[in-house]
Amino acid sequence: MQLSLGPILYYWPRQSIETFYEQLADMPVSVVYLGETVCAKRRSLSAAEWIELARQLAANTDKQIVLSTLALIEAGSELSGVKKLCNNGELLIEANEMGAVHLLSGKKLPFVGGAGLNIYNAHTLTRLAALGLQRWVAPIEISHNALSAILSDAPALGLSEDVETEVFSFGRLPLAYSARCFTARYHNLPKDDCQYKCIDYPQGLPMDSQEGENFLTINGVQTQSGAITHLLPYWQEMEQLGVSLMRISPQPEGTTEIIQHYHQSIKGETKTVSTIEPYLSSPICDGYWCGEAGMIAVREVTA
Amino acid sequence: MKLVCPAGNYPMLKAAVDNGADAVYIGFRDDTNARHFAGLNFNDNSAAKAIRYAHDRDRKVYVTINTYPQQSGWDRWQRAVDISVDLGIDALIVADIGLMAYIAETYPDIAIHLSVQGSATNREALQFYQEHFNVHRAVIPRVLSMPQVEQLAIDSPVELEVFGFGNMCVMVEGRCLLSSYATGESPNNFGACSPGSAVRWQETDDELEVRVNNVLVDRFPKGDHAGYPVICKGRYRVAGDTYHAIEEPTSLNTLELLPELCQAGVTAVKIEGRQRSTAYVSKVTRVWRQAIDHCLSNPQDFQAKAEWMQALASISEGRQTTLGAYSRPWQ
Repeated sequence: MQLSLGPILYYWPRQSIETFYEQLADMPVSVVYLGETVCAKRRSLSAAEWIELARQLAANTDKQIVLSTLALIEAGSELSGVKKLCNNGELLIEANEMGAVHLLSGKKLPFVGGAGLNIYNAHTLTRLAALGLQRWVAPIEISHNALSAILSDAPALGLSEDVETEVFSFGRLPLAYSARCFTARYHNLPKDDCQYKCIDYPQGLPMDSQEGENFLTINGVQTQSGAITHLLPYWQEMEQLGVSLMRISPQPEGTTEIIQHYHQSIKGETKTVSTIEPYLSSPICDGYWCGEAGMIAVREVTA
Repeated sequence: MKLVCPAGNYPMLKAAVDNGADAVYIGFRDDTNARHFAGLNFNDNSAAKAIRYAHDRDRKVYVTINTYPQQSGWDRWQRAVDISVDLGIDALIVADIGLMAYIAETYPDIAIHLSVQGSATNREALQFYQEHFNVHRAVIPRVLSMPQVEQLAIDSPVELEVFGFGNMCVMVEGRCLLSSYATGESPNNFGACSPGSAVRWQETDDELEVRVNNVLVDRFPKGDHAGYPVICKGRYRVAGDTYHAIEEPTSLNTLELLPELCQAGVTAVKIEGRQRSTAYVSKVTRVWRQAIDHCLSNPQDFQAKAEWMQALASISEGRQTTLGAYSRPWQ
């Protein structure tokens, strides 16, 4: 089992992004996804600057660096940004919607299929693999049993053994995308004049029930879970299914420690394993993986 | 401009046809479609009867098989396709790539409409579906502004169908897991949003509370209109403020945009609401038929009549309507 670092889902200032990636050497991940996937108005780095950062990281680390595309493409300008990433000429791309898949498969380029591609069965997976998909991130709501059925039936449909499976394993879950910006709505601002308010919420804006339960998280046009998914306890059953990567989603604090904790636990370095509790800014959930409501915590946090 | 109307059962289909729908869309009684509700939808016999009724009057019937097939239930989706083709339907409304590939290869003459659940919002995505599966028409998500719809209609390699009226998804269809986060069941994996089995209404002394799998989604003073608790229309607390943080209970109504939609070259307008009543289908179909005929005969002078707007408002969720994402300020 290997670890990956997902793209930063929040709007962080340029300095924070640079500082964050300077710590990569201390993060035992094999794959790093980079880029703006939520809102094209967030411009800490332009598409060209993301590509440049990705190139530098690829040259200076032994990790696989992947550029991640926008999850919702509406405007022509957004499509142009995605084209720029797809035309970078060297680095692998994670396609987060079908437009990017088309751009990449049209150029016969291999790609990673993001969780938003809605791959719910082996027929779809095999079809996309024939178009160049070499790794896929399972849909956020997929359960162990559903993934098991896909991975056991896929080879008979012709899926190559080389196609890798990744599971979103730690962080607030990206649950939905909209044309509306809910951060701007909270501030009574129109999206066209949002004043880039998302930058004030480096891990999103909590949206609680009227009883104070931390139900969801506002992140601009994206809605995330309130709870943090934490699937470390399931890494062995994932490995048995054939999952090769567990994705950790960046948080403003403690990402390195969380990755270390996952790494040490998986490598069996039990004596040195650090605790994860200080870095859990919300309750945890693992319901989706267990076939329950996503928000449910089936297991307690374990070391 | 074609009018595509919903039917959750045979009387609704008749109502849609009798009131002027050009096409009616239906689904089967299981999780193969995105209105998987108890007591709703068609079996093989009622579907055959419905198709006969529509075809006798020269109208079309589309079958929605627009959830994402679970691997363990794949045969159910494939069977829904086979039966529909046997019954002689006019198009299949599909979201899943695997299922589209099956249709394109097994029944190359059957028209495929990309469901709104397929989340295609840009030219490249539409080209993808057209090139690989010969998709004939796409229903586009309720996230584009009117200028974006106009641009997409120019660029699109396939016919476009847009939502005209009905319950409004605030999120990109096919990309929303709020329901399964709360309940385990979503439009993608089950064909339902806030499934009834998870909803609990509770009266206190002066309030009505509604919970979805125990999460308090809203509370209403007694006597207030209480809408169905889809997660995105609840009232939540954000940094001390309690409000409809995502959207108010409201319906989409784009009647006043008809001339622009016609002008843009949009092929069809779709009415939401297979889960509503025969009276709803009759009323909404009648109003839209009149409006479309009016607009086609005299596009320069088109104005949404007050009586149409009132009729539509009376059957809207929350008794109010919005232009939704078509209007930039909504976003």
